[in-house]
Amino acid sequence: MTELPNFQPATPEIFLAAASMVLMMVGVFVKPKQAYRTVNTLAILSLLAAAVLVIMVGGSTEAGPQLAMFDLFIMDDFAVFVKILILIGSVAALIMSQGYVQREGMARFEFPILIVFATLGMLMMASANDLMALYIGVELQSLSLYVVASFQRDSLRSTESGLKYFVLGALSSGLLLYGASLVYGFSGATQFDLIVQSIASSEETPLGLIVGIVFIIAALAFKVSAAPFHMWTPDVYEGAPTPVTAFFSVAPKVAAMALLLRVMLDPFGELIIEWRQVIVLVSILSMLLGAFAAIAQTNIKRLMAYSSIGHIGYALMGLAAGGEIGLKGVLVYLAIYVVMNIGVFACILTMKVQDRMVEGIEDLAGLNSHAPITALVLLVLMFSMAGIPPTIGFFGKYYVFAAALDAELYALAIIGAVTSVVSAFYYLRIIKVMYFDEPKEAFDKRQPAGLRGVMVTSGFLSVALAPFLSVIVTPAGIAAASILAP
Amino acid sequence: MIVEALAFYLFAAVAVACGVMVITSKNPVHSVLFLILAFFNAAGLFVIQGAEFLAMILVIVYVGAVAVLFLFVVMMLDVNFAELREGFAKYLPIGAAIGIVLLAELVLIGAGWVFGPDVAGVAASPTPALSEATNTEAIGRILYTKYVYLFQGAGMVLLVAMVGAIVLTLRQRSGVKRQNIAAQVARDAKAEVTVVKVPTGSGV
Repeated sequence: MTELPNFQPATPEIFLAAASMVLMMVGVFVKPKQAYRTVNTLAILSLLAAAVLVIMVGGSTEAGPQLAMFDLFIMDDFAVFVKILILIGSVAALIMSQGYVQREGMARFEFPILIVFATLGMLMMASANDLMALYIGVELQSLSLYVVASFQRDSLRSTESGLKYFVLGALSSGLLLYGASLVYGFSGATQFDLIVQSIASSEETPLGLIVGIVFIIAALAFKVSAAPFHMWTPDVYEGAPTPVTAFFSVAPKVAAMALLLRVMLDPFGELIIEWRQVIVLVSILSMLLGAFAAIAQTNIKRLMAYSSIGHIGYALMGLAAGGEIGLKGVLVYLAIYVVMNIGVFACILTMKVQDRMVEGIEDLAGLNSHAPITALVLLVLMFSMAGIPPTIGFFGKYYVFAAALDAELYALAIIGAVTSVVSAFYYLRIIKVMYFDEPKEAFDKRQPAGLRGVMVTSGFLSVALAPFLSVIVTPAGIAAASILAP
Repeated sequence: MIVEALAFYLFAAVAVACGVMVITSKNPVHSVLFLILAFFNAAGLFVIQGAEFLAMILVIVYVGAVAVLFLFVVMMLDVNFAELREGFAKYLPIGAAIGIVLLAELVLIGAGWVFGPDVAGVAASPTPALSEATNTEAIGRILYTKYVYLFQGAGMVLLVAMVGAIVLTLRQRSGVKRQNIAAQVARDAKAEVTVVKVPTGSGV
C-alpha cells in the first residue's frame, strides 16, 4: 500500500482545476445569451476564492516550504507572493475585458474559462519543484494563451498573432525540453533539491549541465519576451484583442519571471558565476531594445510591447545581481509593473471613437479636453512607467539598481540608467500628445464601470502606494528569503 | 527457445518487407496498409522482448490513431502522389545520407551496450525489475502515485487543447436543418398528405 500524496499545499490549484470544469458545465447549460456574463462573473469569483486559498495555505508556511505531490510541488512564501500577483493580474484582465469582449463579438463563455486554465498553469509554474512539473505548467499556460490570442477568429490579425505565438512558442518549448534533458543527463535528477545536491557533490561542473542551463534560460527568456528572444512580442501584442494583450503583459510575464528566478536561484544558485553573464547580456539587450525600438512606434499596443521588453530588462538586472537583495528587487519591480501595466491597458481599452477601437498614439491628441480623468490617470501612469520620483515606478527601478550596484555590476547599472532616460522620451511624448496637441474626435463617454474602476484604482495606487511601499517590500523580502533559505 | 527464434525472424522479416513495400508501392492506400502491417509486426517484436506495454501502445496509438489518420488524409485530400514522387531520384542521396547516419547511431548504441558492460548500470530505473512486476504494472504503480501530479497536469493540457480546438473552429451556422424527432413523429398524415385525383394521360 502506498501512502496518499500530500494534497493540502496544492489546494488552490485543485480548486481552480475543479472550478474550471464546473464553469464549462455552467456555460453549456445556461441560456446561450447569458452564458458569457454568468461564466465571466463566476470565473472572477473563483479566481478570488483561489487567492483566499493561497493566503490560507500560505499562512502556514512559516515553518519552511511545504512540499506536496511527492515533492513535485512546493509552496513557500515566494510562491504565495507570485501567486497573489498572478491572480490580481488575471482578475483585473477579466474585469477589463467585459465590455470589449461583448462589443467585438467574442462573447463566448470559453474566454473566461481559458483565462482560468492559463492562470492555473501559471500557479503550477510558480510552485514547480521539478523540471517536469515546470514543463507541464508552462505548457498549460502557453496552450491557453495561444488560443485566447486568436480568439477573435474572424479577424486576420488576431488569428495571425495566435499562429505566430504558437509556432514560436512551440520552438521555445523545444528549447526548454532540450535544456531540461541535458540537465537531467548531467545531474541525474529532475527535482530541484536533488539537482542542488548533485551540483554540490561534483567537484567540477560538467559542461553539458551549463549548456542545459543556457537552453533553459533561452526558453524562459522567450516566455518573458526578453531580447534577443522578443521577436514575437510586438506582433502578438498588436494583433491579439486588446484585453488579451492586457492579460499577456501582466500575468504570464510574472509567472515566467518567477519561474526564471526559482530555477536560476534554487537548483542552479551555486552556479551564478556561470550564468550571470548570460542574464547580464539578455538584460542589456532588452533595455536597449525597449528604449530605442519603441521611439518609432505609432501604435500604442506595439509601444507597450517594446516598453514591456524594456521593463523585463530592468527586472533581469535584479536577477543578474542575485542574492536576497536582487531577488527582492525583482519581486518589488514585478509587483509595481503589474499595477502600472493594468492601468495603462485599462486606459487603452477606453480608447473608443464612435464605437470602434482606435490604437494610434495620435488618436490620443487633446484627450485632456474631452476626458480629463482618463488623461490624468494616463499622465500619472506614464510618469510611473518612466520612473519619475513621486510615483511607484521610481521605487521599482530604485530597488533593482540598488541590487545591481550592491553586486558591483556597474556597467549594467549605467546602461540601465541611460536607457531609462531614453525611454522617458516616448512616455513623455504620450503626455505631450494628450495635453498639448490639437483635440481630435472625442472618445466615447460611456465606459463600463468595471473598466473605469480598474483604471482609476491603478492610477491612484501608482501615486498613493509610494509612501506605503512597505506593503509590497516587506512580503517581497520574506519571499526572497524563503527561496534562498537552504 | 526455437519457437521464440522462429517468431522473431518471422516478425522481423515481415516488418522489413513491409517497410520496403511502404515506399515502393504505387498506390498510397496500399502504402498505409503496409505501414499498419509493419506496426503490428513491430508490436510482435516488442512482445517477444517482454515489453508488452509498448506493444499495446504501438497498436493503440500508431495503428488506431496515426495510421488511420494517414489513411483519412490519403483518401480525403486530393494529393497528387505521382507529382510528389517526381523528385525521388534527386532527393535519394540526402535520404540515403540520413538513413546512414541513423544506422550509425543505432550501431553505436548497440556497440556501447556490448563493449561497455558498465553502461547498463547507468540506466537506473524508478520501476522494479521485470522479474518482479510486468511493464504495465510497474508503470501503473508510479504513474498513479508518484507522478499523479504530472498525470493530472497533462490531462489539463489535453483538456485545454480540446476546448481550444472547439472554440476556434466550431461555428453555429444559420439555416441548417436539423432532425427534430418529436416533431417528425407527431406529424399527422391527414394534415400533410393530400390525395389528388389525376386524370389519365393529362399529368398533374
